Amino acid sequence: MAKEFSRREFIKIAGAGVGTLALGAGIGKVVYDALGNDAAADVITKTPTYCEMCTYQCAGWAYLKNGKPWKLVGNDIDEHSYGRFCTKGSAGFGVYNDSDRLKTPLIRKEERGKQVFKEATWDEAFEYIAKKLEHIKKTYGPESVALFSHGSGGKWFKQLLKAYGTSSFAAPSYANCRGPREEGYINTFGEPIDSPERTDMRNSRCVVLIGSHLGENTHSQQVNEFTTAIRNGATVIVADPRYSTAAGKAKHWLPIKPGTDIALLLAWIHVIINEELYDRDYVDRYTSGFEKLKAAVKNNTPEWAYPITSIKAEVIRETAREMAKNAPATILHPGRHNVWYGDDTQRVRAGAIINALLGSWGRKGGFFMPERAEVPAYPGPKPPKPKKSFKDTPTGKKFDLANLAISSGVCDATVHGVRNDHGTFYEGWFIYGSNLIKALPQREKTIKALRDLELVVVVDILPTEITGWADVVLPDTTYLERYDDLRQSPGRTPQIALRSPVLPPRYDSKPAWWIAKNLGEKMGLGKYFPWKDIEEYLEYRLKKAGSSLSEMKKLGVKNMERKDPLYISKGEDYKFPTDSKKIELYSDLLKDYGFDPVPVYTRHEEPPEGFYRLLYGRSPSHSFARTINNPILAQVNPENTVWVNAGIAKDWGLKNGEYVKLENQDGVISGKIKVKVTERIRPDCVYMVHGFGSEQKKLKRAYNKGADDQALMTRVKVDPIMGGQAIHGNFVTFKV
Amino acid sequence: MKLTKKKYAMVIDTKTCVGCGACVVACKTENEVPEGRHRDWIVEEVSGTFPNLQMEIRSERCNHCSNAPCVHACPTGASHYKKGTENLVLVDENKCTGCKACMAACPYEARFTVPEGYTSKCTFCSHRIEKKEQPACSTVCPAQAIYFGDLNNPMSAVSRLLRKRKFKTLLPEVGTKANVYYLV
Repeated sequence: MAKEFSRREFIKIAGAGVGTLALGAGIGKVVYDALGNDAAADVITKTPTYCEMCTYQCAGWAYLKNGKPWKLVGNDIDEHSYGRFCTKGSAGFGVYNDSDRLKTPLIRKEERGKQVFKEATWDEAFEYIAKKLEHIKKTYGPESVALFSHGSGGKWFKQLLKAYGTSSFAAPSYANCRGPREEGYINTFGEPIDSPERTDMRNSRCVVLIGSHLGENTHSQQVNEFTTAIRNGATVIVADPRYSTAAGKAKHWLPIKPGTDIALLLAWIHVIINEELYDRDYVDRYTSGFEKLKAAVKNNTPEWAYPITSIKAEVIRETAREMAKNAPATILHPGRHNVWYGDDTQRVRAGAIINALLGSWGRKGGFFMPERAEVPAYPGPKPPKPKKSFKDTPTGKKFDLANLAISSGVCDATVHGVRNDHGTFYEGWFIYGSNLIKALPQREKTIKALRDLELVVVVDILPTEITGWADVVLPDTTYLERYDDLRQSPGRTPQIALRSPVLPPRYDSKPAWWIAKNLGEKMGLGKYFPWKDIEEYLEYRLKKAGSSLSEMKKLGVKNMERKDPLYISKGEDYKFPTDSKKIELYSDLLKDYGFDPVPVYTRHEEPPEGFYRLLYGRSPSHSFARTINNPILAQVNPENTVWVNAGIAKDWGLKNGEYVKLENQDGVISGKIKVKVTERIRPDCVYMVHGFGSEQKKLKRAYNKGADDQALMTRVKVDPIMGGQAIHGNFVTFKV
Repeated sequence: MKLTKKKYAMVIDTKTCVGCGACVVACKTENEVPEGRHRDWIVEEVSGTFPNLQMEIRSERCNHCSNAPCVHACPTGASHYKKGTENLVLVDENKCTGCKACMAACPYEARFTVPEGYTSKCTFCSHRIEKKEQPACSTVCPAQAIYFGDLNNPMSAVSRLLRKRKFKTLLPEVGTKANVYYLV
């Protein structure tokens, strides 16, 4: 068949230079080696760190040349990155160099949100916060303070607020991102996927992605293992309304109608069961509820799924057989950001059930059994037991199966209008590294809550939308200017990694540990920080784990011994941490809570005529809003585009590269965004990268660049199992 | 043993390249490339109509041509082949007058001028090769899609890959004998 080259699309991604900078000498560095020849005079030093450009925490080395930032390179033994940093990780010095950084503590002068602050000393700022917290404790109880946190430094504020007497710790990364994934797997295998993922992709013979766009999502380990599988000839199956980078690598691209994934997954389960493609020994030995599952999916034939999903029955059969042929080295990837349609825990669970039927959990090429390095904690007094918690709020009570506080639920329990109905409510917020205005949908709700608080403390590196709403802004250092706690993430090899300061803090910024400890002392909670400084803290923990700070400064990453095998061996008498001690294909627990014991397909709302479903995702060069202002990355990818199917663009007369505004179903209009006319997307949806369209004028490179998808997400569907806030149910049209 | 000159080549696997741009940023930092300039870049080439599509993603840069138009075009000898190599094209910034004849001659648009006035481009990280290290883009690539080595050595990874896999070079019709090979 002759290939039709109807259109060719070229995108050049240009790089950008490292900005100019002036700095003092580094601290605690290891002199590495000097370059030869003309650079003989250069003094090169390298310092171990782990990255914070996203939260994947890849470990590597920060190089200085003559005391000035040079480059960041992965640590070869690090299992988050395999020594290969991604686009963002390589650009880490950009955030250090960013002249828009917060420079001193700030105290609000006018009403919240107006962004009128006066510069303050650290002592003044601590005094202000400590007084307010004392008042809140006396008046409402310490439980009425909540923490929103994203990133390594949040740990120190948890420690501080635990000591103060609260346990309400929320993270938008739960109910607004990967919460459904963790709950879907917990409710099937008894264990979460966690981060980094326990996916054994590098050994997979078949990789199935449902909407997960590895490659555009550049968590280094994931990209590394996905492409290793491709290099080794693995079959890639991608279901996505968009011809993603991963779809471009796939043998089978299934351009599924958005919102119908569960129908596809059920049809796959149907085929795997009815064609007896499942791993009989594994299913008999390790699962419960097989017959009930079989009965539940009886009518979910590929023929049933075709008109729903637009994926032909024979394609559904062929791909199911392909998965089974390669099992157990087949992985239906659990994805990461999963809050799409409100039945997300169930959708993830449907995928988990397929992995169980194929016997890939605990098997090579499927999912390995991760282990975490054991490092004893620094001893300290036990914090007081809170009398109430998030679980006592209306949202907390409603989502009993949720394993973490739900950010929007904290908002709901903060707004004063409904206070009287509440068993508990919040009067103070600490917000660490989490731009809530951008991270949560329905921002008017967030703002309403912010207006009603007695105290809002924001700890961040850059002035973002949320810092404008703070009473006190505390300038955090970048990860390149501080120690943090040890990285002890789960993985194939239990590893510990050290983050140590590469350069002294710029401006009057302070490391998160220092802020929490010193604020704690001001609040009379000094005994909960019983170490002199973080070096003493780390040295204690490392010595207990059989290492030392000086060893870790040389190694950066240290491998520890595994205790148990990486996989479940064939025939092993393995007990799963579920109620039945088996993989629950049919969940009695969910049934008891009134949920479907086996996932069920429900039809989701369709866009009205002339509207298109708003889909969003990641750029490989950005970690959402947090890197848009990075001087290096801002030039690699300065703004987002809206992907519009070529046929639809023709209907509307839209030209590639022209600017349009988008209007959603509730009349919200976006900022200007460039049109990308493309064949790479279905006609019933549009797509943009999340994180752009900053409204914060203080971010000179990010301000007003591209459009903000979050502002268009006025409709939210709530996951009834864990409270996830699904946002794929928003529709937009073009304002030309 | 007779010492043969090196024929340095890069082999880039379009089947695994995800176009993330890690190579672009790693090159920027390694080589301290001035703001707004870049020595390598990503091209995505899509063909077909929905839903029958194909996409090739390439990390592109100077092709270090065996028959380099820039070297021929340079009036001062600033653009030259590095000693001991058949094809590693470098720019001697002290000899470069910034006339841009090389930029006009290069069919790949691989060159640019720096604020100091001379032209610049990818050097295959010549300074790293001297230390027996791979170019920065190759060592950073999370997809492990970028291979580098000597084509005059039949045992090198690049030689072996080109024997085993289908490949192409860019604009073969212009006769530059490019030495960046794309596995397809």
